[in-house]
Amino acid sequence: MANEIETKDEPTIVKEKNTDKAVEAGLARLTPQRIKSTINQVLQKETGPRFKAYVETCMHCGLCAEACLYFLSNDRDPAYSPAGKVKQTIWEMLEKKGEVSTDFLRRAVHIAQTECNVCKRCSMYCPFGIDVAYLMLMVRRICHKLEITPLYIQDTVNSHSATMNQMWVKEDEWIDTLQWQEEDAREEFENLRIPLDKMGADVMYSVIAPEPKFQAGLLYQAATIMHAAGVNWTMPSSPGWDNSNMAMFTGDNEISGRIARAFYETAARLKVKRIVMGECGHAFRSTYDVGNRWIGWAMPPFEVVHALEFYHELLTSGRITIAEKFKKTVTLHDPCNVSRGRGLHDMAREVTNMMCESFIEMTPNREHNFCCGAGGGVINCGPPYKGERMINNKVKAEQLKATGAEVLIAPCHNCHSGLEDIVHHYDLNMEVKFLGDLIYETMEKKIYKPGD
Amino acid sequence: MNAFIDFIMGPMVWVAFLIFILGLIFKMVLIIKDINARESYVYSYLTWKHSLRSIFAWMTPFLPQSTKQSPVFYSISYIFHLLLFIVPIFLMSHIVLINEAFQVSWVALDDGLADILTVIVILALVFFAIRRHMVPEVKYLTSYKDYLLLIIVALPFITGFLAYHQFFFYKAMVIAHVISGEIMLILIPFSRFSHMIVAPLTRAYMGSEFGNVRHAKDW
Repeated sequence: MANEIETKDEPTIVKEKNTDKAVEAGLARLTPQRIKSTINQVLQKETGPRFKAYVETCMHCGLCAEACLYFLSNDRDPAYSPAGKVKQTIWEMLEKKGEVSTDFLRRAVHIAQTECNVCKRCSMYCPFGIDVAYLMLMVRRICHKLEITPLYIQDTVNSHSATMNQMWVKEDEWIDTLQWQEEDAREEFENLRIPLDKMGADVMYSVIAPEPKFQAGLLYQAATIMHAAGVNWTMPSSPGWDNSNMAMFTGDNEISGRIARAFYETAARLKVKRIVMGECGHAFRSTYDVGNRWIGWAMPPFEVVHALEFYHELLTSGRITIAEKFKKTVTLHDPCNVSRGRGLHDMAREVTNMMCESFIEMTPNREHNFCCGAGGGVINCGPPYKGERMINNKVKAEQLKATGAEVLIAPCHNCHSGLEDIVHHYDLNMEVKFLGDLIYETMEKKIYKPGD
Repeated sequence: MNAFIDFIMGPMVWVAFLIFILGLIFKMVLIIKDINARESYVYSYLTWKHSLRSIFAWMTPFLPQSTKQSPVFYSISYIFHLLLFIVPIFLMSHIVLINEAFQVSWVALDDGLADILTVIVILALVFFAIRRHMVPEVKYLTSYKDYLLLIIVALPFITGFLAYHQFFFYKAMVIAHVISGEIMLILIPFSRFSHMIVAPLTRAYMGSEFGNVRHAKDW
């Protein structure tokens, strides 16, 4: 990427390896014996032939480097290449048979939690298909067991554990927020409902906890889309409504499994036909790919439909019609978990073209799109690591700038937040939107009447 | 001395080939047993269709994005891997030896052509070594073991080349050629050369995860 890019905050942000209170307090508690036994327990008892094959087959060819946004954004520093990160973590743990120092672990947790989005792009550049993301998640698993997970993301896991949602949303707050949005939406759409706990509905709509916490407008929008399309839908009133899963990204597999189980059980209790989820990538990964495995389902026990696919269905079936197309130039970011993770990239283009007059492709795209740099729990490690996160995704800023688009569509919460940070930091002057924002803006605001 | 030569040219060849073939079979069996014991869930995702789709995509020159971005490396790598098999299998002198022992033979490469192909293999290995040393992201991953692997592959080709041209120490060169070839064969199942059988497995699994679960391409 040749086009240089100016940043707003430079040179005040100097790249340094940050840490935080939870990491440091955790490291201070460790003993050499505990470090050794934990690492060996995880690497020997919780892995298998896949791990062995990945570690023993890597020919150290370095071809994965080209795939990684961290490597590309940091002037091709080899320490940021996927295999380079494995070398600094797993290889050394194996070589030293778990006898590593706390300084080593400080670096390891930093690499695994903040210098890798577990986006799996590198698996598409490794001729052997080695899953570096899986290896990084193993490092996170070790860090979790050593209790040195970064503070902010650990707090979300604690919240999951106590409340079954990511943001300490209390049950009454959840219901209250839905009713508040319902009331507001009824001003625009007569008789609109957000049906709670409706048994046997066609669709259970589920969201991530940040929506009721500080993006309640998204609930409003979703309700209007459901209403205008005449969908027979419901939302659960009980814990299990949140489909997000940060434990999946800290290696806390036990809590991750509890979250997924509560989620499916909620859908089962409501006897819904399928689950539709908001525009969130990692939540889709949890409920479609990861959480189900931990609790013993090869594939999810329910049909899990990402918003993008659902919008496509509503638009192509004519249940939602577009009143007037969106005029500004738009570009589309393919989130790893719905493109590389579910192959929805072509649908995303169809949906975009149905709503927008002028769509500009960013390069690379589809499965090969660069990650937002926020996903995989990286943004959730919070403010201590934000400065690094901006520098670590310079390549994304260059990719976005090259499109010249006015609006950036990001159909994933993590991508959306991460890209807003990138747009601001690199002064890209783009508006970041969800697909739902655009549907709400462009659709025919039909008042649904039963029987229509 | 003659007894030693008889040994390395006779029984040792058998031993090397047996270790090479049985070693790979044994390794495969161990991997499958290990999968059955500890990760049997991979069978829930593995499909022939998606495994083969991924393997063939990666064997097709310049189909994967990665190969388009590093055309020089992949070109050399494709040619190197092909010649690694073609040259020894279709070399006239090897076929003659096999014919003497088993009375079977097959079409042979022209000696002049085989000579050129041998030089290409050696040059490819030199390229890999230079790349290891010069390209920062490769150098970062490199230890002496990686050079050792290159040397182990290079030796049979270098000694074979020298023996064929009879530049010097002809007899010693032939012995060195046989020994280095045997060492390479023996080491395949026990070193990262085993990517010969393991890489198709890791590729198949990733191909199946991408094709079967993620409905996406992995190349």
